[in-house]
Amino acid sequence: MRILLVEDDKDVARFVTKGLKESGHTVDHATEGREGLFLAASENYDVIVLDRMLPGGMDGLRLLETLRATGAKVPVLFLSALAQVDERVKGLKAGGDDYLTKPFAFTELLARVEALGRRGRSDAPVTRLAVADLEMDLLARSVRRAGRAIELQPREFRLLEFLMRHAGQVVTRTMLLEAVWDYHFDPQTNVIDVHVSRLRQKVDRGFAFPLIHTVRNAGYMLRAEA
Amino acid sequence: MSPPLTPSLEDGERPLVKLIRSTGFKLAALHAVLLVASAVALGGFFWWSTAGYMNRQTDQAIRTEVKLLTARWRDGDGQALAQAIAQRLAEDSDNEEIFLLADETGRIVAGNLDRWPAEAKAEDTWYELALVRDGAPTIGRIFVLDLPDGGRLLVGRDVKQRLELRELVGDAVLYGSGLAVLLAGIGGVLVRRLLQSRIAPVAATASAIGHGDLSRRVPLSGADDDFDRLAETLNAMLDRIGVLMQGVREVSNAIAHDLRTPLARLRGRLEESLSSADPASLRGAVERGIAELDGIIGVFQALLRIAEIEAGARRSAFAGFDAAAVLADAADLYGAAADERGLVLAAALPPSLPMVGDRDMLLQAAANLLDNAIKFTPPGGRVTLAAERRGSEVVIAVSDTGPGIAPGDRPRVVERFYRAEASRATPGSGLGLALVQAVAQLHGGSLLLEDARPGLRAIIVLPAPEPAPEPDRALAPAA
Repeated sequence: MRILLVEDDKDVARFVTKGLKESGHTVDHATEGREGLFLAASENYDVIVLDRMLPGGMDGLRLLETLRATGAKVPVLFLSALAQVDERVKGLKAGGDDYLTKPFAFTELLARVEALGRRGRSDAPVTRLAVADLEMDLLARSVRRAGRAIELQPREFRLLEFLMRHAGQVVTRTMLLEAVWDYHFDPQTNVIDVHVSRLRQKVDRGFAFPLIHTVRNAGYMLRAEA
Repeated sequence: MSPPLTPSLEDGERPLVKLIRSTGFKLAALHAVLLVASAVALGGFFWWSTAGYMNRQTDQAIRTEVKLLTARWRDGDGQALAQAIAQRLAEDSDNEEIFLLADETGRIVAGNLDRWPAEAKAEDTWYELALVRDGAPTIGRIFVLDLPDGGRLLVGRDVKQRLELRELVGDAVLYGSGLAVLLAGIGGVLVRRLLQSRIAPVAATASAIGHGDLSRRVPLSGADDDFDRLAETLNAMLDRIGVLMQGVREVSNAIAHDLRTPLARLRGRLEESLSSADPASLRGAVERGIAELDGIIGVFQALLRIAEIEAGARRSAFAGFDAAAVLADAADLYGAAADERGLVLAAALPPSLPMVGDRDMLLQAAANLLDNAIKFTPPGGRVTLAAERRGSEVVIAVSDTGPGIAPGDRPRVVERFYRAEASRATPGSGLGLALVQAVAQLHGGSLLLEDARPGLRAIIVLPAPEPAPEPDRALAPAA
């Protein structure tokens, strides 16, 4: 993916750029708002990672509002030290697609960037999801694996749906909390793990190979190969 | 140098200037103006209704007299008129009538004036003149009339008394106004002193607080008046500021105390890893270091969130939502975790429970209570999440069958970082209940901790939105 990073802190920028490149992405880096806006408007990016507070007279919010006013639909992830709930709301209102507060784990940033990039590509509504021998019918709300029907609770269904939509990508615990439970805080215990392990019991137990994998220090991934 | 925080009442201005500038004096001056105006109005009205009436009476009487005398003249002649005048004067018991009759040569024929007044020349005219009557100077209102035979008749009344009355009324108004001004001056000083005695404590308190003594409060006079209302409002504001300041102090103390420990651990670990030659153990040390750091970040964010909630800044995000759905989400989120620990998590929720507030915050508060309950309840136990509307309140209760909290510890567990002795071994930051309490208070409610016999019951009591959305208040039976 082509990613634009607008971030004024040199160390954060260096470490994010390095991490994204190591994950196989192309990264352009701007250190201030006007430069960022110029790049965002003239180049074609899959995702923009945008700091809220930027030098040079144009902050992240203004940059994004200006960019959105031109009709650009590129997904934008805010990266900000402004962690208050209101600030998050402001960022999303300005046209942001996701909001990550500093300090952050790089795996979290990578997972969210890749999720946003994927979303940008598939616009058409889907009615059916399939990963290897696992199939999900979104209209009938039914799940089958290797031809066998799997009974899921509504919340388990949503959890699996999210994992399947992001098949092949790392999905972090906070992403699951936000997407499946609309919960925007860090729970003190790993409540998500229990839900995933239950889902595993239903989706993976008794089948030829596991689909739900734990990614160490990051989260989970649904993928066909081991 | 900072400027004085309150305009000092004891600065170098001259006392008179200060008095004139004071609100008390201005009030008194306004009062004085009103008093003088009303004295003048009263005097004027009194004058108009008494002296004016007397004036009109006098004129009427003179006219009647003139008519009678001219009739007598027409009937007889100058002689008869002179006789009639003499008779009238003899009958005048009030001694105030004035008559004068002159013949065509100007010689006085009858009457009680010593001579014809020089000013009274014109015919059919009213005069008010200084006269000499029976040898005594006086003032009279007179009417002069030319008789057809060339003689002249003058009829009038002594009005000296009436003028004296007018003078009296005028003096009364003048002295009354003077007295009013004097009283207003005294009143001004008194009112100013009174106001100052009520305002000075407020100013003194504000000044003391400005200099850093936040414990000061405005004393109440006990008069239960406007000033006491003002003092109460100010004191309530100061209490609130005090609570916020206390919160800030507690947070800084807590950060200093409770973040040092994990920071020290982190530092130690990193230092230790430096001396390690084995790449695998180095990696392990760094990973543990990051985990430690994540814990510190978590504590830091929880602290900031509590501070954010306590500052009341989140109230702008209040909206209507269904608390039953939010709590069902929380129960769903923690149900699996409870299961894992061999606990039963039962939710006793109404089909809908309208609430006005911050959905995310309420969800987090409920999650924290459930998290605690699951953490502290031994396997085989039971955790119940119940909610209902009770009259004007929404009550959310989380009960468990765990060890509970000793009564002595209950007030303290809601403090930041406080962890009861029994819970030290359990992971946690000691911020969970502090956040729940902050959320409850943000919504104008409170957090109660009760003995569930056995176990703990944590109850969030929140004011319900008005009006009552449904008459059915029955709580679903605890499952």
